[in-house]
Amino acid sequence: MTADPVADGTADPAADPAADRTAELLAFLRRRLTGDYEVDEFGYDAELTDKVLLDLLRPLYRHWFRVETAELKHIPDEGGALVVANHAGTLPVDALMMQVALHDEAGRALRLLGADLVYQLPVLGHLSRKTGHTLACPEDADRLLRKGELVGVFPEGFKGVGKPFSERYKLQRFGRGGFVASAIRAGVPIVPTAIVGSEEIYPKIGDLPSLARLLGLPYLPITPFFPLLGPLGLVPLPSKWMIEFGEPIRTDEYEPGAADDPMLVFNLTDHVREVIQQLLDQLRLRRGHAFPPFL
Amino acid sequence: MTHTVLVTGVSRHIGARVASVLAADPDISRVIGVDAVSDAGPDSVSDAGSDVASDGLSPPPGNRDDGTAGRIEYVRVDLRSPDIAQVIAAADIDTVVHMSLVSAPSRSTGRAAMKEHNVIGTMQLLGACQRSATVRRVVVRSTTAVYGSSPRDPAVFTEDLEPHDGPSHGYAKDAVEVEGYVRGFARRRPDVTVSLLRFANFLGPGVDSPLTRYFTQPVLPTVFGFDPRLQFVHEDDAVEVLRRMATEDHPGTYNVAGAGVLLLSQCVRRAGRLSLPLPSPAFRLLGTAVRRAGLVDYSPEQLRLMSHGRAVDTADLEAELGWKPKFSTGAAFDDFLRSRELRPLVGGAHL
Repeated sequence: MTADPVADGTADPAADPAADRTAELLAFLRRRLTGDYEVDEFGYDAELTDKVLLDLLRPLYRHWFRVETAELKHIPDEGGALVVANHAGTLPVDALMMQVALHDEAGRALRLLGADLVYQLPVLGHLSRKTGHTLACPEDADRLLRKGELVGVFPEGFKGVGKPFSERYKLQRFGRGGFVASAIRAGVPIVPTAIVGSEEIYPKIGDLPSLARLLGLPYLPITPFFPLLGPLGLVPLPSKWMIEFGEPIRTDEYEPGAADDPMLVFNLTDHVREVIQQLLDQLRLRRGHAFPPFL
Repeated sequence: MTHTVLVTGVSRHIGARVASVLAADPDISRVIGVDAVSDAGPDSVSDAGSDVASDGLSPPPGNRDDGTAGRIEYVRVDLRSPDIAQVIAAADIDTVVHMSLVSAPSRSTGRAAMKEHNVIGTMQLLGACQRSATVRRVVVRSTTAVYGSSPRDPAVFTEDLEPHDGPSHGYAKDAVEVEGYVRGFARRRPDVTVSLLRFANFLGPGVDSPLTRYFTQPVLPTVFGFDPRLQFVHEDDAVEVLRRMATEDHPGTYNVAGAGVLLLSQCVRRAGRLSLPLPSPAFRLLGTAVRRAGLVDYSPEQLRLMSHGRAVDTADLEAELGWKPKFSTGAAFDDFLRSRELRPLVGGAHL
């Protein structure tokens, strides 16, 4: 065949890619086992995220949900920006898919702002920090944006991710607009983002509120397959996903002090919400059926 | 101008080092080292030092051979008694460096004595300073433990942040109360420069603390499912910050920590130890057991720190002093490992 690395004379036979990979893997393992790696002040372990954790998510991203992205040009190549997206799907799988999309297709590490519940739970809390995310609070948001990070936020919070299937693709109320205030303080653009597909992965058709309260959870969903099929019911349905990034909304025209003007913050919050709802409606039409060959 | 400096907590390692650094300063004419020894007895400060417990015991005589310690006058005063006022009045002291906050109860006297020592001792000292006409500068050692450790607080604490769940008992609670009295003192005596320093955990070759004892155990209990962010400050940097604060005017509250963070899992691997993840109730039980045995401090705060970690912002300190700690958190930890000859189990070439 033509692609023989030894025959073409440029490659050193010793430096064959398999040996390189092995050496690289050994170096990686040595660093991990001796603790010789860096995490940032939020606990973000970039090496572990890139080399291990995202690898585990990629099959889900590529083959299960067949995620397509659009208008990636709206994500700045560098510097701070705030990605604001709709939140749905009972479990926050959309956050993970958006992280893979931005890492693989825009080359940016996404730093999400999560609910405090996440950080109270064992395993989940530290995995969330290791993959770059932190608590949704103004101090952390400001700090990340000042450092020029790409920060992601789901202003609907639990209201969005835990809404019933009948309300799919209807944006819920956007909290207090704290994310807008943070963007204004840092003078970074807001990138409105629509995620289509997450609504169908676990169609929530019921809720067990008293059991949820007992477990300290915001809701405990009933889906067509959960808890009916037990753990099998936890497999997400393979809906077709699309993620579109909208045109950035600039905030650098405002004085940083404008972050303390509630009217301005509310108006801008409403504007962002309307833009996302429009994007969402258009993108949903473009996607068509959630489960293409069948439905 | 010459100065007379009073240093409390000199029977312990950092206190002793600060006292001898100040004694070596030509602008300082006298250094009076005070320690409150909780057990009454005929022994001198240095002998009784081993009962003061907690973060680093190094008897002052160890420092005598460098030729400066001779200028340190040691006075044995129980800070809880009003005697300290006489010491301050008699010596025309202008700078007070208060470092005698004790971080773990000693086996012989227990938690009540520790709280009294920390809180009442500080009140007595500040009361004496308030009366004094000569005191111009007060430097107080506090701890970043005042921020507590909680899943509901920001990842990085700045000095002005009010924690969600502040500490509710133990050492950290004492420190919160001490800080309250220090702020009260600063309000009542605006003419005195008050510097409040919140230190991360000290590490270094000479430090002996619950934390250093924790990392030298063969198997380290950790809380299952949590990997906290930890921060350390090297003893050399701590001494330098205290020296600057004691010899220059830098009013305000400052966090002091080495740059960056280490995860507990990273520390365990760098130290070549094995970790034993325990569910948090088991960790708490074990904590009570070993605390009784007086080995390692596993207080409820410790459990929270071991679950949620803590990191602080040191930008204010760096801007104020125009200086950065020489050791990052990682470098401070590595220096500690070197001094204890700890190394990773595999590959051991990281040093």
